Amino acid sequence: MSLHNISIRVEAETGYSVGSLRALLAEIAAHLETLARDGASGSIDLNSLPFAPGEYEQLRQLLGQGEVSAHIEAIGPSEVIETRYPGVWWVTHYNVEGDIVADMLEITDIPAIIRSQPEDIAGGLELLRAQLNDEVQQ
Amino acid sequence: MNEHDTLGERLAQQGISRRAFLKFCTAVATMMALPPGAASAIAEALVKAMRPSVIWLSFQECTGCTESLTRSHTPTLENMIFDMISLDYHHTLQAASGFGAEKSREDAMKEFYGKYLLLVDGSIPMNDGGVYSTIAGRTNLDLLQEVAKGAAAIVAVGTCAAFGGIPNARPNPTGAVAVSDIITDKPIVNISGCPPIPVVITGVLAHYLTFGELPELDNLGRPKSFYGESIHDRCYRRPFYDQGKFAKSFDDEGARNGWCLFELGCKGPTTHNACATTKWNGGTSFPIESGHGCIGCSEPHFWDAGSFYSALSMPASPLELATDAAVVGAAVGVAVSVANRAKKDAAKSAHTTTTIADLEK
Repeated sequence: MSLHNISIRVEAETGYSVGSLRALLAEIAAHLETLARDGASGSIDLNSLPFAPGEYEQLRQLLGQGEVSAHIEAIGPSEVIETRYPGVWWVTHYNVEGDIVADMLEITDIPAIIRSQPEDIAGGLELLRAQLNDEVQQ
Repeated sequence: MNEHDTLGERLAQQGISRRAFLKFCTAVATMMALPPGAASAIAEALVKAMRPSVIWLSFQECTGCTESLTRSHTPTLENMIFDMISLDYHHTLQAASGFGAEKSREDAMKEFYGKYLLLVDGSIPMNDGGVYSTIAGRTNLDLLQEVAKGAAAIVAVGTCAAFGGIPNARPNPTGAVAVSDIITDKPIVNISGCPPIPVVITGVLAHYLTFGELPELDNLGRPKSFYGESIHDRCYRRPFYDQGKFAKSFDDEGARNGWCLFELGCKGPTTHNACATTKWNGGTSFPIESGHGCIGCSEPHFWDAGSFYSALSMPASPLELATDAAVVGAAVGVAVSVANRAKKDAAKSAHTTTTIADLEK
């Protein structure tokens, strides 16, 4: 059983804050400024940040959900959500058991994981051509 | 195992798309504590990587390190790591036993001489000719020296292999030592912790596969990306330390408010590890989040560094204590322990709260 199946809910309001969310929001703003000015993408690995209990949930609430969300199935599901701040994407990768293996904020126009990869495009083309050839032979 | 198998070829055979592989590399980047943007560079390197042969030797240990790795929260990721390496010998995990098991080790050593990775968990007993721990009739020392000769690098998994750990704690009856006390002519990376964090083990393996070399190490031979900062510096309770807000006992208001555990003996300020960010049990929490101080298990001699419940600011002087105990003699020692037990029993019958002083008895 995955740990995520155990119904423990961490409350966003814990009664105290150690102030790391404010620092994180400032970092996001700095990345967003760079994106707007130079078009350069940035990312923040949420796994490497020391969140106090409840702060992660508070961050979810603060960033909210924007216009785009995508679901990817590739060795387990992945969730890609544009937050209410366009250009700030919340990307969460799960394994097939449903555990989080990577969790990050990407500050970019479109996260790379959504794009079709050149190797996969080439493979798909090969497959499509083979199918066309089969039909011609029939 | 096919030596010429690259990871890219294996993934293609399994029908894994490049997007799925990119996702995997993002997870690997996170694991190695590299910037998430490094994923595409990792993908490029890993696709061409050969599967190295790995020989895992378990010496004077409790198998906790192997448990940590095999029961880690990202089984798919760990499975892929096992796809990326060829684990040719691990006497707890392998199906073969007896002569067959030892033969598989000898075969791997012969075929990949100079190229295989040696992973070691457990310390090595040196007293009385090393008789306190043997495998297939051979001492740990003998086996380590033989297998280390042909290894490209050695990974000492856990505090026992890295620093001697609990077997090395006073009075150390078996003369237990660390891998680095015996092998001095090979690159050694220490992944300390009792047990070590599973993603740190796989992260180091992934780093070796990706870059073909061991990661940058600190002065104790530990990868800087995981052991570069202290638990204290990455602790979410650190702001309370800065404000001078401390829990004074395990059930006072400070403890309930989640204040700093320094005065209750937390070893976070002198302990280097990734627990505060990587956390345990699928990222659920780490000891300080459960209200108990860090015991410093990834540091050398953590078992002899004074009580887990004495503040770091209190002089531990454990050597003096040991000498005193030897001087006053066994009879007095017994009397003291009887007296302590009587005190504990009295406290129990009076329903008083157990204090830190009680825990130290």
